[in-house]
Amino acid sequence: MSNQKMIIFSGAVVGALGVILVVLGNPANMGICVVCFLRDISGALGLHRAEVVQYLRPEIIGFILGSFLISLLFGEFRSRGGAAPLLRFFVAIAVVAGALLFLGCPLRMVLRLAAGDLNALVGLLGFVAGIYGGTIFLRNGFSLGRSYPQANINGFLAPLTAVGLLILCLAAPSFIFFSTEGPGSMAAPVLLSLGAGLLIGALAQRSRLCMAGGVRDLFLIRDPHLLYGFLMIFLVALVGNLYFGFFNPGFYEQPVAHNDGLWNFLGMFTVGFGSILLGGCPLRQLIMSGEGDSDAFITVVGYIVGAGIAHNFGLAASGAGVPTAGKIGGVVVLLFLLCVAAACSNYRLFLSGKGGVKLDAGN
Amino acid sequence: MQEIKVDARGRSCPEPVMMAQNAFQQLSSGEEKVIIHVDSPVAMENIKRLAERYRYAVSVEKDGKEFYLTVTVKNNA
Repeated sequence: MSNQKMIIFSGAVVGALGVILVVLGNPANMGICVVCFLRDISGALGLHRAEVVQYLRPEIIGFILGSFLISLLFGEFRSRGGAAPLLRFFVAIAVVAGALLFLGCPLRMVLRLAAGDLNALVGLLGFVAGIYGGTIFLRNGFSLGRSYPQANINGFLAPLTAVGLLILCLAAPSFIFFSTEGPGSMAAPVLLSLGAGLLIGALAQRSRLCMAGGVRDLFLIRDPHLLYGFLMIFLVALVGNLYFGFFNPGFYEQPVAHNDGLWNFLGMFTVGFGSILLGGCPLRQLIMSGEGDSDAFITVVGYIVGAGIAHNFGLAASGAGVPTAGKIGGVVVLLFLLCVAAACSNYRLFLSGKGGVKLDAGN
Repeated sequence: MQEIKVDARGRSCPEPVMMAQNAFQQLSSGEEKVIIHVDSPVAMENIKRLAERYRYAVSVEKDGKEFYLTVTVKNNA
């Protein structure tokens, strides 16, 4: 299958499963949401105590393991890392804080849009603006440095963690929290969730599907390749939502969403901008974790910790809107991301001597 | 014939492809070569796609888990 057919096919499968998983029991407009599901995992592990959003989502486990297995099969598994891992951890916290102001990752944004939630259109504008902002820093040499090959155990940590979470999910020991009401209690059967995750993980690894990369490459190198995946998710989910009667256009009464336009915009701006700094959207970080990229996995750990912080500090939005603490937190993380972007580019903030794409011009 | 070497190993997306593009634009005139060294199949595919869009001849040599892309750039300027 050509690369182009692969990305189109992957997008179609993700769009279809995004709707089918809702039919099977996942929360409305949340068949797949990388950030929401990581937030549920954070809660299941007791890192936050928001009782309505705690579950060890098997989809996430599947994304990592699907990517791991297929990358082994195709000889693409490479244990690697070391490009500013601590900075990535903090940037990940900022990204997840932004996502929880909007209530969704870029993938859920598209699924919400495909169900007629127009708040997601405001989010999309913010996402695109954030990515555009990120490309300005990329053009000015933004870089988190280079990674190096590492001992295999580094790359195996992500799949091993995924297996551990799967065991905990199936065994359900008393120290793992499972919501009995709210979105966290709404879930497709474990094996179907896991199967969907494995399939998406494998396809996303082969196709390099990335929600942020699609828009970024269009701005930066006028390449629409990854955007085909993004568009296919939307189109197939739209058809699916129309078929199952989930399509309900408007700003109001949208499931697990609020209609504070400013924060829908700024939340996704933060996600778009931060994802450019990290080199990929939350889904892509999970896929790269499975391929042996330990920088991507520390990013995922950052998302999980960040979700814990967002809920413990009362930053996360809900259907009722964005709390004041969330607005303050939103401004803080956005300023933080701007500082990181400036510090690691040719703007040389804080007298940073590092960063910048250097051209090795030897003959 | 000028030859530019670019080491884009270990760089996050989209840095390798930007480094390649910078190299293409640096070349002056005539027929010249850009050799880009990457260690991820994703970077290899992205640069290959970029070179093909510019209609430059590109060949890929696999070395273990790393790749060398040789792009022959023809500028008429």
